[in-house]
Amino acid sequence: MRSVLKFAALLSALIVGAAHAQYPQRPIQLIVPWGAGGGTDATARIIASLMEKEIKQPINVVNRTGGSGVVGHDAIARAPADGYTIGLITVEITMMHHVGLTALGPGDYTPIGLVNADPAGIHVRIDSPYKNTKDLIAAIKANPGKMKASGTGQGGIWHLAIAGLLKDQGVDPGALPWVPSNGAAPGLQDMVAGGVDVVPCSIPEARAMIDAGKVRALSIMDANPPALYPNVPTLQKELGSNWAMAAWRVIAAPKGIPVEVQKTLGGALKKVYDSKEYKDFMASRGFGVVWADAEGTAKFMAKADTDLGATLKAVGLAK
Amino acid sequence: MTLAVLSQAFALVFDPYVLWVIVASAAFGLFVGAIPGLTATMATALLVPVTFFMPPVPAIASIVTATAMAIFAGDIPSCLLRMPGTPASAAYTDEAYAMTKKGQGEVALGAGLVFSVIGGLFGTAVLIVAAPALAEIALKFSSFEYFWLVILGLSSAVFLAIGNPLKGVVSLLLGLLVASQGLDNPAAFPRFTFGNAELAGGLTLIPIMIGMFAVSEIIRNVATMDQPWEMAQTKIGNVFTGMWTLTKRYPLQILRGSTLGTAIGALPGAGADIAAWMSYAMSKRFSKEPEKFGSGHVEGIVEAGASNNSALAGAWIPALVFGIPGDSITAIVIGVLYIKGLNPGPTIFLEKAPEMYAIFIVFILANLLMVPLGIAAIKGASQLLRAPREVLMPVILLFCVVGSFAINNSPFGVVLMLAFGLVAYVMEENGFPVAPAILGMVLGAMLEEHFISSMIKADGRLLAFFERPIAAGLGALTLAVFAWPLVRAWILPDRNRA
Repeated sequence: MRSVLKFAALLSALIVGAAHAQYPQRPIQLIVPWGAGGGTDATARIIASLMEKEIKQPINVVNRTGGSGVVGHDAIARAPADGYTIGLITVEITMMHHVGLTALGPGDYTPIGLVNADPAGIHVRIDSPYKNTKDLIAAIKANPGKMKASGTGQGGIWHLAIAGLLKDQGVDPGALPWVPSNGAAPGLQDMVAGGVDVVPCSIPEARAMIDAGKVRALSIMDANPPALYPNVPTLQKELGSNWAMAAWRVIAAPKGIPVEVQKTLGGALKKVYDSKEYKDFMASRGFGVVWADAEGTAKFMAKADTDLGATLKAVGLAK
Repeated sequence: MTLAVLSQAFALVFDPYVLWVIVASAAFGLFVGAIPGLTATMATALLVPVTFFMPPVPAIASIVTATAMAIFAGDIPSCLLRMPGTPASAAYTDEAYAMTKKGQGEVALGAGLVFSVIGGLFGTAVLIVAAPALAEIALKFSSFEYFWLVILGLSSAVFLAIGNPLKGVVSLLLGLLVASQGLDNPAAFPRFTFGNAELAGGLTLIPIMIGMFAVSEIIRNVATMDQPWEMAQTKIGNVFTGMWTLTKRYPLQILRGSTLGTAIGALPGAGADIAAWMSYAMSKRFSKEPEKFGSGHVEGIVEAGASNNSALAGAWIPALVFGIPGDSITAIVIGVLYIKGLNPGPTIFLEKAPEMYAIFIVFILANLLMVPLGIAAIKGASQLLRAPREVLMPVILLFCVVGSFAINNSPFGVVLMLAFGLVAYVMEENGFPVAPAILGMVLGAMLEEHFISSMIKADGRLLAFFERPIAAGLGALTLAVFAWPLVRAWILPDRNRA
């Protein structure tokens, strides 16, 4: 009887194996919900070009932009769950449904792996009178509404980062009005031009302006100082606060792809993540590298969803 | 700059591999630009994975060459078939097509080519000589300054409307209305999306542009099928003799177009498309024969053609000096610069001098290479007009479908293209020009964004638009441009009627 069971198990393993041994048989499409040229696009393209070598099929990167990321995230979730359409989903998937932009949440995807996270930094103009985060927050508290911040759209990740920190420090988030912008670069440019006072974006986004001596990084919302500038203090050191916020990127597939396909993709992605090319690329851009496998990514996204939902509610942006 | 640096730079460029990359990217750029819907930005994005495996100089060279070619090549379908290959050609599409109908297609294309080259070289010269200083000025532009710039751009609509300015304004307002649709507004509030994810993505400019120019023309052709298809082209033979005459006739226009193009390109919020619109309008405003504009007159093409290519080089100024993209192409380039260890910054010209000068040499080479390749492309493309109309029109429609699909990889783009093609046909049959509507769509989102940003920053005080020195200057200029026709009508009431 036992041997029969064994045989059956072996047989079924062979059949399942044979059915999926061929995957992938044709090129795979990797959907990016953000525009060509940004950090997300660049990350997707390097992953695609390295993953091609692992799975021996071309991976075509397709930008589906618009609607603050809704269109692309929607396209990934709705694609056939056969493993031939995957996507790079970003932190916004845990935010957009709280503000009523879409019904989609992280549960609508099959996670493959977490590949990157870039914590928020706090940046001011080089001639700003504020030399540390404590003074800056005290000034915001003392003169509500006087200073303005920018660096992403209304209710975007960097908006939440600073609003959440103010809340954490017992300051009304409304004391630092948000000026919506099309991303960190226009926000930083506006700050240097004197239009706004604070830009809470990631360190690599501000790097050129910091190096050019136009912008000062006051602190980083992470447990560790940034690799690019080890002298920039953490919030823990500056304020004794554990507040942390990062933009992250996850490779995911539509919900319900075959387990074998998920494993194949996960294995290939892990090899890409461990490769020297990927590490060199991310280091050259100053992007942070973090890894979580499918299970870890699912937990990570579920936690992010809860945390960001609570923050959005606390700062009055959730619907 | 020492001789040693320069010889190092030359050695970097005149390497067989680098030269091969330049020629290959030129052909690629020409192809992408000539197909409507495929933009110079897309050419750059497609090149990025290839550049991962190249040394720094050929990596940047491939992008510089491909984009320069693509912006020029956009003029080809624009002129011959009324399908702007890239948004940067849309400003003078009607003018160029009118020239083709008059049999002067090769003159229009030759002008597009030669003055693209001159504009590109001018922009490169400015980039070499004055990049750090100009980048400092560009960084002084905040939303207040951009707001005025956009309003100035909108005033171009009046000059784009041939005959009836009121109908031009109606068309412009239609464009602004379309631009307000979708999620891409400052509050990220869904407008006219009806809960549909495709509509939430907004009405994308490129399929609309293809529809309004090309599809409307196809419909018109079908509607008049019984009339003869007469488009005999006068051969201009040697492209350069004709262009030398034009250069002598319009030296000021060339200089003005190149200067304005470089300046607009250097501003982080504006690129080649806006430069072309403003230059075309400026050309008409200061022309001695403004009445000829719109009927197939080369003057505006000379100025706007120089303008959009010089903007391309201008956009590299803030990108190289501060890592702030001057347009969507340099936004991609900045990432490539980092990967290649050419980190943008004011000191890049000192620390990476050989590589930087090598890139400048590539800029010059790419612009010069445009001449032989461009002439070959023009000669080849002109044959299109000999094709029978029954064959040509379906083929154009096919290209329209491909282009509208490719921009977002979405069938929704095709629907948009067809719908706006019909709208444009109805508009034009009733004397409403389509160019101002396209202008409204290009500038609408910027107008709203900069106005709202400024209002938030200023806590709602309108006077803030005049409180910063550059904003005050631009504001005064804008008001003067708008007030001038009224003032003139008041001072000189009856000159024409008397």
